[in-house]
Amino acid sequence: MMNEGSMIDFSFWQIAFAYVFILIVFLIVRIKKIPREKLIIMSALRMTLQLILVGYILVYVLDNPHPLITVGIILIMLSFAIFNVYQRTNPVIKMSLKKMIALAMFIGISVNLIYFMFVVLQLDPWYEPQYFIPIGGMIIGKTMTGVSLGVNNLLKGMKDQKEKVEGALMLGASPRVASKEIINHAFDEAILPTINSMVGMGIVFLPGMMTGQIIAGQSPTMAVKYQIAVMLGVAGTVSITVLIFLHLAYKIFFNEREQFILTKRDIAKKDLPVEYD
Amino acid sequence: MFQIEKLFVKNVLKIKALKLHSSIISIEGQSGSGKSTLLRLLNHLDNPTSGNIYYKNQKLTDIEPMELRKKIVMVPQSPVVFDGTIRDNLNIGLEFSGEEPASDNQLKDMLQTLWLDKILETSASDLSGGEQQRMALGRVLLMEKAKVFLLDEPSSDLDDHTTDHVIGEFINRAREQEKQVIMVTHDKSVTDKFADQKINMDEYSLHLRNEARYDE
Repeated sequence: MMNEGSMIDFSFWQIAFAYVFILIVFLIVRIKKIPREKLIIMSALRMTLQLILVGYILVYVLDNPHPLITVGIILIMLSFAIFNVYQRTNPVIKMSLKKMIALAMFIGISVNLIYFMFVVLQLDPWYEPQYFIPIGGMIIGKTMTGVSLGVNNLLKGMKDQKEKVEGALMLGASPRVASKEIINHAFDEAILPTINSMVGMGIVFLPGMMTGQIIAGQSPTMAVKYQIAVMLGVAGTVSITVLIFLHLAYKIFFNEREQFILTKRDIAKKDLPVEYD
Repeated sequence: MFQIEKLFVKNVLKIKALKLHSSIISIEGQSGSGKSTLLRLLNHLDNPTSGNIYYKNQKLTDIEPMELRKKIVMVPQSPVVFDGTIRDNLNIGLEFSGEEPASDNQLKDMLQTLWLDKILETSASDLSGGEQQRMALGRVLLMEKAKVFLLDEPSSDLDDHTTDHVIGEFINRAREQEKQVIMVTHDKSVTDKFADQKINMDEYSLHLRNEARYDE
């Protein structure tokens, strides 16, 4: 349980002082005539509102633990993450690709979360919202970043290396073999941020969760144990989800006659997964 | 060993009937006449709007696409270079078609045939355009399962002297192994010297005959 006593409470004025940061940014942007004033104010306001709302929801949820509420919240976070990936993808993407993103994220995240909560954390009761929801949220958030990198790099690779993909097909390669280099590269790019943050952790920065626990009065060694477990969970979930996605998604660039649809001359609209430029 | 029947690609070409039975066939024609399109259709990278192509009396659409492309291989106009060394690049066709990699002696012999004075460990991306083109030719020539070679402008980056030698060697080897070569080329000397059958795509081009809106 949290050692609430050891944490200093914030007064209204203290929070108000924190807004001075954003005010300074606002002023700088204004003086420099960078047209981002609206964006800065809007995002600060949005964050404030969202967090206040989440704060109240969490108070309720933590006071009334229920398996359906825990699972429900995880599913809502997952849906938001999926839509976020759709929005972050550069070109407009087609339905078939959206389905693959949703499917991969659903399978990858659920399987990994179940393993993490039941085998690693061994929560009691299993739906304990105090742990399930924040840790689930972290894993979902990092996976979202990984998958959107995977989507963008897959699209970019297929587009930039059309000749190579088709050059392999011309010699009898399967679509899978022809896309291998692109899939591997997209995987590398997608997991790189996670790998980098593991490498820099503890030296370059203290991770958010650990910082939070320490501020809340938890002993640093306990905080470290949690952080290690969560980081491994994040790395595993990101990698597995991105792999599932890539191995489902490369197929939509080929038709049933194993033709590469980005170079096909007579492009029937139904064959096109991506609208470029 | 191809037979084409009522082949029609919207805005591009229309061929009522054509047999591609000779062992060395050259395809000529102005740019935009559909030469590359025809090769792509034979390699089954594209589907025609209507009509049929038969390979040894079998419709292309009835053959499993990967099996088909292992037999009927294509070398595109701009050579494809895969990651790795010259050795990797020469062997990759064999790898795709599920054959054993060639021995270093075979590969060195191939380099000599193609007038590529390089060692096998050289990174393929370091080669010049003309060298990459020759490497792409060597890659398919090694593929034993291949029965037909579709070459799109195989000598576009080679000087006349090299063209004579390399294309000549390629065709000699193909003839020895009773394989068919169908090549798009604008090089008259190549056509005159080597081709048993000449096809002029201008005859079949819809684009050139201003029949772009022709519909069947």
